[in-house]
Amino acid sequence: MKIAVLVKEVPDAAVEKRIDPSTGRLDRAGEKNLNPYDQNAIEAAVQLKEGGAVPVEEIVAITMGPEGAERALHKAVSLGADRSVQLTDDAVAGSDVVATGYALAKLIERESPDLVLLGQQSDDGESYAIGAVVGEFLGFPALTQVSKFDVSGSTITAERQAEYGYDTVEVDLPAVISVSDAINEPRYPSLKAIMGAKKKPLEKVTIADAGIEADKVGAAGSKIECGNFTEPPKKAAGEIIEDEDTAATVEKIVAWLDERKLI
Amino acid sequence: MGGILVYALTNEGAINKNSLGAVSAAAKAAGELGTEAHAVVVGNVGDDVAGSLGSYGATKVFRAKDASEGLAAPAVDALAKLFADNDYDYAVFGGGLLGFEIGAGLAARVGAGITAEVTGLKVDGGKLVGQRPILGDSLISESNYKGKGVLIGRTNAFEATQSGSAVAVEDITVETSEQASKVRLVTRGEQRGADVNIEDANVLIAGGRGLGAAENFQLAEDLASAFGDGAAVGATRAVVDAGWFPYAGQIGQTGKTVAPKLYVAAGISGAIQHKVGMQGSENIIAINKDSNAPIFEFSDLGIVGDVQKVLPALTEAVKAKKGS
Ligand SMILES: Cc1cc2nc3c(=O)[nH]c(=O)nc-3n(C[C@H](O)[C@H](O)[C@H](O)COP(=O)(O)OP(=O)(O)OC[C@H]3O[C@@H](n4cnc5c(N)ncnc54)[C@H](O)[C@@H]3O)c2cc1C
Ligand SMILES: Nc1ncnc2c1ncn2[C@@H]1O[C@H](COP(=O)(O)O)[C@@H](O)[C@H]1O
Repeated sequence: MKIAVLVKEVPDAAVEKRIDPSTGRLDRAGEKNLNPYDQNAIEAAVQLKEGGAVPVEEIVAITMGPEGAERALHKAVSLGADRSVQLTDDAVAGSDVVATGYALAKLIERESPDLVLLGQQSDDGESYAIGAVVGEFLGFPALTQVSKFDVSGSTITAERQAEYGYDTVEVDLPAVISVSDAINEPRYPSLKAIMGAKKKPLEKVTIADAGIEADKVGAAGSKIECGNFTEPPKKAAGEIIEDEDTAATVEKIVAWLDERKLI
Repeated sequence: MGGILVYALTNEGAINKNSLGAVSAAAKAAGELGTEAHAVVVGNVGDDVAGSLGSYGATKVFRAKDASEGLAAPAVDALAKLFADNDYDYAVFGGGLLGFEIGAGLAARVGAGITAEVTGLKVDGGKLVGQRPILGDSLISESNYKGKGVLIGRTNAFEATQSGSAVAVEDITVETSEQASKVRLVTRGEQRGADVNIEDANVLIAGGRGLGAAENFQLAEDLASAFGDGAAVGATRAVVDAGWFPYAGQIGQTGKTVAPKLYVAAGISGAIQHKVGMQGSENIIAINKDSNAPIFEFSDLGIVGDVQKVLPALTEAVKAKKGS
């Protein structure tokens, strides 16, 4: 089987995120990294390959993003992808969720994978939606928040937690599965894998290469405009205690509780 | 002009509370837009239950009886058909996992803009605008739709309010898409682990991945015992999925909503999906070794420290105080 894993480069968790007032989009300057949730997706692919229940011939990492986003692909390859594909084209800048999902679906079509894996959310976009959008464009069944799955023949049996408890769902391949962050513990790449990552094939494609219609992507092809950013009413900042001397810390906690008649 | 269609999630013949909230919010917005809010249920939902959506402001209720409840793809087929037949401008969802999946699939199929985690609906210039907190809830962003819009609510964001009376239910027949023919629900709503009660607790000690191991939940249990009657232990999805704690004790978007007098978050990062289930607590104490953890942004007392050290010491101190 062939697996495509969707990965995205996002601002590093340690970077203070802000909106660029001139564009109304996220300011993407500063340190960036592979979206942490995508590591769960790569790990799931690698475990499938190592597990041997089904033969996995290839794991392809796919991203849509600016030139620099190839770093996310290098990371993905160091974590176990065999090669990668990057759609980098000015025409896709400013794409909304549906436009992004459409473009990604076009990239996936070129690869004809049996399984598409992705993370539960992007750390910056947080739409939780790309998986379902991609599935819709491809005509593949899509499941999100999958915390466990098994492949048997051309069927995937997946478990996930929904509103009322755990659901078990079966889908026929090819399918799109977005994994929850509870599905596995992503490994650290070995030094050798990090060194070797840049030597693995990385294909850069334009919208023309992927047969993406220009009027369906980018800011112009998007159906949504975000703006009028306002600050929500702030909850008064809580008191903070750095625990240096635990006996003193708990004494302060007890006094705090006592003051509020909580004890 | 096209109105608003609301998806109402049901389980075992009851409508989800967040869906009722979504119907109420959509009905109010529809009033301001000068249009109507309709609702749709999927599966074999009783006439009374489906029709009761009228009491929350839906002026029409549709039912796709033959479609499987609890799956996204058949619901996308149903909503897409209703969009095609009635030319709605907007779809509104109460949230939840299925809301996200159905909303995303629908947006792709009908070419709509989509906003997740919506906390407010606003009407501006004859159009519906979705308000959504972004960047760790530090800003509210407004989504304006160039054409159709799909708005997926955040858990507990919309309050259910009654504003009408029950309506008749109209059954619809839906053609199954290729995607929907390839997905089957094997079991739904399985409860895992013991049946713990957290909703009635005055004091909740909630444990997260920071506890490090299943057996360390004992540290939370010990602190709860020290508080005595009315104290219970809860957990995050991360540790429930890991099998450290029963699902019945999970707090958050796909778990319970709680509002105790005192909430102690031990080794919990404070993800949005957890926050929505506990932010109504009267007093929140967080213990986390990472001073940048989001939980500190909405706690009243934050302890930057190791739960392994702080919890046992706190248990002893609470016991001593109680004994004195
Ligand atoms: C659709 C959807 C629904 C979801 N539903 C829910 C839900 O209902 N409930 C829910 O909780 N989550 C839910 N989630 C998951 C949520 O996004 C988070 O993944 C989850 O809440 C994280 O749990 P956690 O805080 O235990 O783990 P983590 O995020 O891993 O946080 C662990 C924290 O422990 C701290 N820590 C580590 N070691 C120590 C130590 N020794 N001492 C002190 N602190 C330490 C770390 O600094 C970290 O902040 C949902 C997600 C999605 C997408
Ligand atoms: N531009 C992108 N390129 C590749 N994958 C993406 C992109 N945006 C989102 N994804 C994938 O979709 C998942 C969910 O993202 P989101 O729907 O934005 O929360 C992420 O974890 C990624 O796997």
